[in-house]
Amino acid sequence: MSKADTTDAVEDSGVIQSVSGPVVTARDLNARMNDVVYVGDEGLMGEVIEIEGDLTTVQVYEETSGVGPGEPVENTGEPLSVDLGPGMLDAIYDGVQRPLDVLEGKMGSPYLDRGVDAPGIDLEEEWEFEPEVEAGDVVEPGDIVGVVEETVTIDHKVMVPPDYEGGEVVAAESGSFDVTETVVELDNGEEVSMHQEWPVREARPANDKKTPRTPLVSGQRILDGLFPIAKGGTAAIPGPFGSGKTVTQHQLAKYADADIIVYVGCGERGNEMTEVIEDFPELEDPANGNPLMARTSLIANTSNMPVAARESCIYTGITIAEYYRDMGYDVALMADSTSRWAEAMREISSRLEEMPGEEGYPAYLAARLAQFYERAGYFENINGTEGSVSAIGAVSPPGGDFSEPVTQNTLRIVKTFWALDADLAERRHFPSINWNESYSLYKDQLDPWFEDEVADDWAERRQWAVDVLDEETELQEIVQLVGKDALPDDQQLTLEVARYLREAYLQQNAFHPVDTFCPPEKTYLMLTTIQTFNDEAFDALDAGVPVEEIIDIESAPRINRIGVQEDYEEYVEDLKSEITEELRSLY
Amino acid sequence: MKEYQTITEISGPLVYAEVDEAIGYDEIVEIETAQGETLRGQVLESSEDVVAIQVFEGTSGIDRDASVRFLGETMKMPVTEDLLGRVLDGSGRPIDDGPEIVPEERQDIVGAAINPYSREYPEEFIETGVSAIDGMNTLVRGQKLPIFSSSGQPHSELAMQIARQASVPEEEEGGDDEEGSEFAVIFGAMGITQEEANEFMEDFERTGALERSVVFMNLADDPAVERTVTPRMVLTTAEYLAFEKDYHVLVILTDMTNYCEALREIGAAREEVPGRRGYPGYMYTDLAQLYERAGRIKGREGSVTQIPILTMPGDDDTHPIPDLTGYITEGQIYVDPDLNSQGLQPPINVLPSLSRLMDDGIGEGLTRADHADVKDQMFAAYAEGEDLRDLVNIVGREALSELDNKYLDFADAFESEFIDQGFETNRDIDETLSIGWDLLSMLPKDALNRIDEEFIEEHYREDDSERKVVEAAD
Ligand SMILES: Nc1ncnc2c1ncn2[C@@H]1O[C@H](COP(=O)(O)OP(=O)(O)OP(=O)(O)O)[C@@H](O)[C@H]1O
Ligand SMILES: [Mg+2]
Repeated sequence: MSKADTTDAVEDSGVIQSVSGPVVTARDLNARMNDVVYVGDEGLMGEVIEIEGDLTTVQVYEETSGVGPGEPVENTGEPLSVDLGPGMLDAIYDGVQRPLDVLEGKMGSPYLDRGVDAPGIDLEEEWEFEPEVEAGDVVEPGDIVGVVEETVTIDHKVMVPPDYEGGEVVAAESGSFDVTETVVELDNGEEVSMHQEWPVREARPANDKKTPRTPLVSGQRILDGLFPIAKGGTAAIPGPFGSGKTVTQHQLAKYADADIIVYVGCGERGNEMTEVIEDFPELEDPANGNPLMARTSLIANTSNMPVAARESCIYTGITIAEYYRDMGYDVALMADSTSRWAEAMREISSRLEEMPGEEGYPAYLAARLAQFYERAGYFENINGTEGSVSAIGAVSPPGGDFSEPVTQNTLRIVKTFWALDADLAERRHFPSINWNESYSLYKDQLDPWFEDEVADDWAERRQWAVDVLDEETELQEIVQLVGKDALPDDQQLTLEVARYLREAYLQQNAFHPVDTFCPPEKTYLMLTTIQTFNDEAFDALDAGVPVEEIIDIESAPRINRIGVQEDYEEYVEDLKSEITEELRSLY
Repeated sequence: MKEYQTITEISGPLVYAEVDEAIGYDEIVEIETAQGETLRGQVLESSEDVVAIQVFEGTSGIDRDASVRFLGETMKMPVTEDLLGRVLDGSGRPIDDGPEIVPEERQDIVGAAINPYSREYPEEFIETGVSAIDGMNTLVRGQKLPIFSSSGQPHSELAMQIARQASVPEEEEGGDDEEGSEFAVIFGAMGITQEEANEFMEDFERTGALERSVVFMNLADDPAVERTVTPRMVLTTAEYLAFEKDYHVLVILTDMTNYCEALREIGAAREEVPGRRGYPGYMYTDLAQLYERAGRIKGREGSVTQIPILTMPGDDDTHPIPDLTGYITEGQIYVDPDLNSQGLQPPINVLPSLSRLMDDGIGEGLTRADHADVKDQMFAAYAEGEDLRDLVNIVGREALSELDNKYLDFADAFESEFIDQGFETNRDIDETLSIGWDLLSMLPKDALNRIDEEFIEEHYREDDSERKVVEAAD
């Protein structure tokens, strides 16, 4: 359905037969699967999800209290679609792309009322269109025909819709237009405006999916340093409540070096969305100093908002992401939480009395998850540009138990796994990403980038850190039984080195103004400092210095403060030489 | 209004009746029994010729001859400021022999969702006077912070202590005498015993708090299905007082476990496909629709802060009730049976406890500049000490290093001096942080790696004589 299209033709209408929560059945409705319909006297928006004989089942995106049998159901004859065009950045939508700020105005209330609709992009706002084609040029579907400055950060590329035929440009003029006006005319009569529509459940076409080779740099040490995700990659963050899924997603939204962020708050807290709305306009984009909101599109379908719109919000988000990908941008999409999405599917499915699969989830759960993550990737677009969608999904397993269906089915698809750990969270080791369980399958294909851009021994150093941490895990088991002092000196020293890795390198305080963002150069330097301590300390030990004396040196604890240093280069240089000097003075 | 005598089936809390007109989903129903008793219910499912009705008071006494009336509207709650000082039953009817309540408005009890765009982020510190909360897991106005407890634990004492002591320091300094009257407590009891209810009521009366409170009582022997309505009544009242009458409302809901049991009972009666451990698959959404009614709204003075209490079956926080709650609320406070049996008051285990809104609610101008660092360091040190306790049982104190021994001492002192303050002691945030520094000063300076050097300079006690609070308090 097009909310931008003011003349929604009513295809057919029927009558409500029954109402049970968000699920309504209608009689005598002529409809196809996934058609958008308006339900009841108030015209609540819904989508056809089952057709059986004369009965059509609809999931309704708004509360259904008071709606009863006999009321009308009208079919728009079109599938659930999003409005695509300038104005999606710096916007906040519900799960069916209704702008929440516009709704507040229309409803005149801080509460979400029913039966109020608004187009996903402002139909009246004018944009300065600058054509990139001229009369006589031949354009094909997907081709970029011009740009508008959407925000200070992002130039919005106006493209020939993928479902057009294309042809020779007859007219293309610069000037001020609203999104419904034609900006480029083709010889076959097709008219290109700044507005497109796309059905959310269908992936936008691309020429080719390629192997991603550039990291999505996150500014989070443990991610960039140990478990990097690629631009165009997929990642899952499972963890029990309070373990740091949302903070990690927020950190990525703030600091990841993507061009565009699509943040989908799916069935989570209202205040978390408010936090983004309040913070992002104030925060600086690390790439250019502009307000972060200028590259961000928010979708907020919180836990208390209608469950059917929660089911659709993921699709709304990924379709918007794909659209910016088509312009040649690197887009990162965060979905918090995919478990709430799966539960919305379960809830609707059980109202439909479908045969339940594992733990009551519908049998198609795995397929839906796979379809979603498949829409991520590094693509060659149909207009020849390259763009990417990275998808990062939080998973909220019941009881924190990763063996449940949503976590398991997600792990079969995604290539980066950031496992959050309640135990670490409890001791306030943040981010509480468990380094033993987590992995990234992109590591090897991203190493060349880090070696070129940061340091040529990037991979080696990482391996050293992983080895020390592994060794620590083994040693800790012994320590639990006999105490640290019973270990030989070299092992005690390894524990000390590992402690610095954990406390300085792996921990990172998201709420500290400096530590919150750590560029890869700093991540690297911190690691080399710890390794300097390691090497010098073992030399001292070999020279006969008692381990207690080595551990007790004054300069080493300053490793823990590298994270909060703004001028870290100088600090690290000094610290390295102090550690070296102090240790060498012991023998 | 049409009356039907068309009941076809009665099953658990549900009644099915045939109808020949359109009945709206969620509509309110009155059922009159042959004995002349009127029961209330709500439409759970409506189709062309039959509706499923959930009866709040339970279905006993209903037979096929009972008559059914549909009121043509969803459930409403009469609201007015005059509710303050009143005691109501779980369906909102007065039980205190007070005057009739004259409503200013009638509001739908299933509150519409707050537009996330219209919310204001909560960041005003509430001083509860409880160190384990103020110092380590700070509560802010508009937060939802449950107490995770288990049967037989003193969670009610803790809730009452918070309700009694909660204040916002800033405003006190402003010398605003009216401040007290702006604060309201709404208490929703669901399935608690008469004895527990009496304790609450006595405390309310003893402290004169009843005047600024509204009490909703659904007791253990009241109908279970009514429990699904009680919290919605409570929150409708809270929203009205907060967002239309500018009150800062503290909502205490106890016991959420009984509420969830009622949900399960209804689900079972409807023969729904159950989710984990027999609870309905939609319990997350249902609970969210309660808990998300906490918050602040742009341009409105008041706030709704929620402290739901739940007793974890088997003291297991992976049970669906605490689990789903934790996934919705903004943190949780754990009442710990072990600490309780050691006699700590309140027996709060700070390690698994969490306040997610703390980070924005503390610091310079809000509480104190060193607060965040002190908290981080105390968490780390207490966790370290806790770990070592297991080890010390095996190898003995002598086998541990000097520093490890200090961590052990720290953990003990943290419990006895910081946590165990008693249910009657009200500590301000300065006192709480001072005790924190007294304790942290048991550790060597360079072990305080989470604290800014500047703060260490300012607050670290070089020797015992500098200890500020504990000495004075003795
Ligand atoms: N990197 C970090 N730095 C500092 N604190 C953190 C960090 N990550 C998490 N925390 C702390 O942990 C708390 C909980 O984190 P978060 O809200 O992200 O949990 P969650 O996994 O999303 O939980 P839920 O599933 O309930 O939404 C935060 O409020 C914050 O106090
Ligand atoms: Mg979260």
